[in-house]
Amino acid sequence: MGNERHKTLGLSDEQVLDMYRYMLLARKIDERMWLLNRAGKIPFVISCQGQEAIQVGAAFALDREKDWLCPYYRDLGMVLVFGQSARDQMLSAFAKAEDPNSGGRQMPGHYGDRRFRIVSGSSPVTTQLLHAVGVALAAKMDQKDIVSFTSFGEGSSNQGDFHEGLNFAGVHNLPVIFMCENNKYAISVPVEKQLAGGSVAARAQGYGMPGVQVDGNDPLKVFEAVKTAADRARCGQGPTLIEASSYRLVPHSSDDDDRSYRRTEEVEEARKNDPLVQFQKYLQETGLLNKEKEKLLDQEINKEVDDATDYAEQAPDPDPAQTYTHVYAE
Amino acid sequence: MAVISYIDAVTQALREEMQRDERVFVLGEDVGVRGGVFRATDGLIDTFGPERVLDTPLTESAIAGVSIGASVYGKRPVAEMQFADFILPAVNQIISEAAKMRYRSNNAWNCPLVIRAPYGGGVHGALYHSQSVEKIFTGVPGLKIVMPSTPYDVKGLLKSSIRDEDPVLFFEHKRCYRLIKGEVPEEDYTVPIGKAEVKREGTDVTVISYGLTLHFAQKAAEELEKEGISVHILDLRTLVPLDKEAILEAVAKTGKGLIIHEDNVTGGFGGEISAVIAEEAFFELDAPVRRLCGPDVPSMPYSPSLEKEFMLNPEKVTNAIRDLAEF
Repeated sequence: MGNERHKTLGLSDEQVLDMYRYMLLARKIDERMWLLNRAGKIPFVISCQGQEAIQVGAAFALDREKDWLCPYYRDLGMVLVFGQSARDQMLSAFAKAEDPNSGGRQMPGHYGDRRFRIVSGSSPVTTQLLHAVGVALAAKMDQKDIVSFTSFGEGSSNQGDFHEGLNFAGVHNLPVIFMCENNKYAISVPVEKQLAGGSVAARAQGYGMPGVQVDGNDPLKVFEAVKTAADRARCGQGPTLIEASSYRLVPHSSDDDDRSYRRTEEVEEARKNDPLVQFQKYLQETGLLNKEKEKLLDQEINKEVDDATDYAEQAPDPDPAQTYTHVYAE
Repeated sequence: MAVISYIDAVTQALREEMQRDERVFVLGEDVGVRGGVFRATDGLIDTFGPERVLDTPLTESAIAGVSIGASVYGKRPVAEMQFADFILPAVNQIISEAAKMRYRSNNAWNCPLVIRAPYGGGVHGALYHSQSVEKIFTGVPGLKIVMPSTPYDVKGLLKSSIRDEDPVLFFEHKRCYRLIKGEVPEEDYTVPIGKAEVKREGTDVTVISYGLTLHFAQKAAEELEKEGISVHILDLRTLVPLDKEAILEAVAKTGKGLIIHEDNVTGGFGGEISAVIAEEAFFELDAPVRRLCGPDVPSMPYSPSLEKEFMLNPEKVTNAIRDLAEF
């Protein structure tokens, strides 16, 4: 007990338990997708594992009723907090007609959901940054109290759209948060070969905004950083760049073999800092979680993932005629 | 009706649409205080202020990408690419994002935005201020591509583009800006996207064109009339969606089709039009389909003698029509 950092951040016991629940749900959905892939049931998985604290911590710091997301393909934890369900994820994994992101048109991880103001994303990285800047520009024009949030990997911070987006937002002082989820690898290329200068956050200086580094394995630290950035945005102080550091615990995707470019010992070492394990420990130490509660939560989430999988597997495929629809307004 | 220039038609359409719909705003390099390097946005900042007439940093990808974001939010951005030649850094945003937004989200999201870009040569613009870039985009479903040739069509089609629910590339031939003048009604009107127009009725050769070369064809037709050659002229006005019906009808009038554009011949849109004719009007033809286009060199050179050689003109068009008439 004693160490209750969440209370000083204004988070209730229920809220931090809820955060943990979302992190666990994201992890278990992700793990199930790998099993389904290895069983030959779904063609592709792209993972959130190791980045759940960033995604859930950030989403909790935003206003889920009005803020906008332009996420990237690992942000499973984030879209769950914003309203998508386990079933939505499985419908996408199985590419079924009911998939709310794309009706089975896009690969899994390509989030987009109008219900929750999650703007549809693509595979060419970093394009979404500029969309977030556009949303922020429009919201500012309308004098709406809206924060536009976008996330991306550290590899993306080398793309032109990163620099164009930050500069545009800086010049026009827009209510946007840029969050880099630095998981140390852009597929096989390590951060040392990606970032001259070694820091994404440091790049903020050139664009007239704060650049904040935060431990991405701690959802409370991420929450605090994003909350500060959101408060700044809401009172007209403009954009913030946040670099949250974590580690990609699994290969880039189901088609990747990470043993060809990193040692197993390195991954094992990183697992000691697994955000899920660390946050579980924090909740145990604060007395919010015990073995019995954990068991119940595990069972509940397992059932949720089971039900979602069963539902999605049996859901109808898109009608082939759908290939030709929605090219233009009809 | 007032007679105005091609570029004044752009400015009038922007002004009237901004007055009609407060969601409409313009953005681009130098569009604000300067009113655009060609003055297409002249005076708009005085009426609508710097928030709706936005000077952006020198970043074409951001101009396109920010427009996409604002349009999914619910705005109606009209972005200016200063020269069509400079649209290339924005191509990922246009092709990967804007063109696919509706399709990839299963109709949940769409991008009602317009990207205006001055294209074409004959203004001593050399390699990088003269290009025609439509062929880069005509094979990308999800985009609409509008290329008007008269002030009337510029104004009516730009209004339609701004009111459209999908992304529109609006290419303005910069040589036409001050060269081409025409009557434009005082009252609000639109010209539908996807409809070609017969500019001249004729019986010997059908010319299919758009933009500046359309005017060359009209001049040539007047000359050839004196020689007893009757030219039928179709102005495509929109490349995507393509008015196939109008093309087939126009070719059937004469049995001979000549496609003219400034973009270079290989991979140019003329190839698509000739394929449409070959597939669907083969039995109407009395001669092979012909194309008169810019040459297959990387771009338009600077020196006047070289530029003249590259550019089409009424004389080259006259010769090509006469040649086909005599086939």
